[in-house]
Amino acid sequence: MSSPAIELVDVSKIYRRYGGRQFSTLKSALLSGDLARKLKPEETFQALKNVSFSVPKGCTYGVVGRNGSGKSTALKLVAGITKPTSGTVTVDGRISALIELGAGFHPEISGRENVFINGIMLGLSKREIEQRFDQIVEFAELTEFIDAPVKTYSSGMYMRLGFAVAIHVDPDVLLVDEVLAVGDEGFTHKCLDKFGEFRRRGKTILLVTHSLGLVERFCDEAVWLDGGEKKAEGDPKRVVGVYVTDVSKQEETFLAATDAKARDEAGGAGQPEPEKPAAPDAIPENMNAAGEGRWGSGGVQITSVEFLDAAGAPTQVVQSGESLRVALGVRASTPVKDFVFGFGIFTADGVWVYGTNTDIEQYVSDHLEGEATVNLLLESLDLVEGTYKLDVAVHKRDGGPYDYHRLLHTFRVKSRIKDAGVYRPKHSWTFSDGVKFKAPE
Amino acid sequence: MLDNLRNLVRYRGLIQSLVVRDLKARYRGSFLGFFWSFVNPLMLLLIYNWVFTYLLENRSKDTQPYAVFMFTALLPWTWFQSSLNEATGSLISGGNLIKKVLFPAEVLPIVTVLGNMVHFVLGLPILAAFMVWYRVVPDWPQLPWFLVIVAVQLVFTTSLALILSALAVHFRDVKDLVSNLLTFWFFATPIIYWYADERFEGYKFYFDLNPFSHLAISYQEVLFFQGGFGHWKWLLAMGGGSVLLFLGAYWVFDRLRDSFAEAV
Repeated sequence: MSSPAIELVDVSKIYRRYGGRQFSTLKSALLSGDLARKLKPEETFQALKNVSFSVPKGCTYGVVGRNGSGKSTALKLVAGITKPTSGTVTVDGRISALIELGAGFHPEISGRENVFINGIMLGLSKREIEQRFDQIVEFAELTEFIDAPVKTYSSGMYMRLGFAVAIHVDPDVLLVDEVLAVGDEGFTHKCLDKFGEFRRRGKTILLVTHSLGLVERFCDEAVWLDGGEKKAEGDPKRVVGVYVTDVSKQEETFLAATDAKARDEAGGAGQPEPEKPAAPDAIPENMNAAGEGRWGSGGVQITSVEFLDAAGAPTQVVQSGESLRVALGVRASTPVKDFVFGFGIFTADGVWVYGTNTDIEQYVSDHLEGEATVNLLLESLDLVEGTYKLDVAVHKRDGGPYDYHRLLHTFRVKSRIKDAGVYRPKHSWTFSDGVKFKAPE
Repeated sequence: MLDNLRNLVRYRGLIQSLVVRDLKARYRGSFLGFFWSFVNPLMLLLIYNWVFTYLLENRSKDTQPYAVFMFTALLPWTWFQSSLNEATGSLISGGNLIKKVLFPAEVLPIVTVLGNMVHFVLGLPILAAFMVWYRVVPDWPQLPWFLVIVAVQLVFTTSLALILSALAVHFRDVKDLVSNLLTFWFFATPIIYWYADERFEGYKFYFDLNPFSHLAISYQEVLFFQGGFGHWKWLLAMGGGSVLLFLGAYWVFDRLRDSFAEAV
């Protein structure tokens, strides 16, 4: 294989964190060419830390990562818009960057004139643009409006025109920064087709996106950047896999923190305080309509709520279809004879998914005293992806609450299948002869 | 730097289409449209003429008819002044291009200078019309020098535009500084008065120091006064100086180029 189309070697990029004077003196700025005077570490922000990767010719290369991970900085370096603080970036061939679409459009003049000027800015000659003009306009679906001033365009039209010009530059290396969201479904498909055509013609594409499906389906290789560092590189499925795992881990920590905050606000169900039961909220009149909170007489207290996965490890993110165990720590300071444990699951927007309690399920209460644990096993959590809230309660048979936790506990269900609704019944498809599907890619 | 200078030649198509775009866009949507390019210098001339012929009557015999005398240097000055005022902010207002597209930044100040040059050229017919009206005959044999003067002014203005636009990115104060300085510069230059007037005897040294006064005097000698173009040595010296200044300005600009995308 020949030399790579894009190569980054040990590239770092440091930005200044806030404005203000940057030169010690103008003279030193000019003479050294080193523009930034030595900045203190707290004044700088390192967007990329010693990142290296290379993209072979004809490869479609994906860059994934969270917001602020340095993806766009990497792209700008490859495009040559900014220079690396250290390290080298080499690109072989004509580049077209789909970074800011229609950046050079002038609002007052017509789409036609803007196509020409934008094309020239991107490195085409006048004649080349003339040859491609009809294709560009047709691709942008703007035949009717091409002679209207660009300021009258909707943002979708504006983006489409910018995209159409940039893609018709016919580059050897195409840089794409999250621009596939510019149009409706139909236009997105057209863009993808165009990318496919680029691939077939052996062009190199560097794709920065949050659409992980696209990376898996489309890219030959991928890199995951996090906090300016390269975390993983190689097969896109594997890279996306580790990235997704890391994201859910972080989400878990985040959920745990939010829940703890909510419980603190509702009266510290986390920490048992036998002497001084935290002042519970007033019992709402209509419990089903009540918002999150905690109330009850305190005769029985729920002192802890824990989510455990199949292996018994605490978690707050569950794969759809796997099991989830909810462990309630309860305490009754005096013996209680009349008690019911209940739970309810709600979606994040408040739809009641399910609710039941031990009374409905014909457990007859007898005796509860001291510390105890109540385990609730949801054997197969057949919910679609999303965030869910849990109610847990212990109350009397007539409904009088001892301790009611309303929407205080959150867990997240993850799924690789993007199905719709709330509940996913276990299902399978069978087909008779005559129905045929293509083998999966 | 030399490579980049060579690229500048390659960008001429881009520069040309951007100049045309700016001119088109400038008057798009206005009632008189392109006609404003003629109306603006005409109004300027009429106002100055009214002030200095009627309100503050100008009695110097050498500069009669005063309207034509004043306009021969005022028109180029307007080109100079608006070029620098616009060019200073050109990189900042074009920040979107510099930040998001691989775009040769020097094109922006150059386009503003050239755009204003087009307005200057469109103002020339107004000047010609006034010369006909007042029966002022230009110094015919010297008229080819006019092109040289314009060329020198173009190089000189472009050099300053490059430096100022690059500095304004880092020091936003430059923009205000420039507009105030230009006002002072205008009155310090023999445009609305004649440099050889005996009242200004003592200032001759300062006129010689002021680059624009050589341009102004050259315009006046070629277009207004009869009797040869005695200032040509100064003009050529300034031409040489302007080329050097341009190289220096381009060097400064090139040095600061990499910082634009972040500082804009």
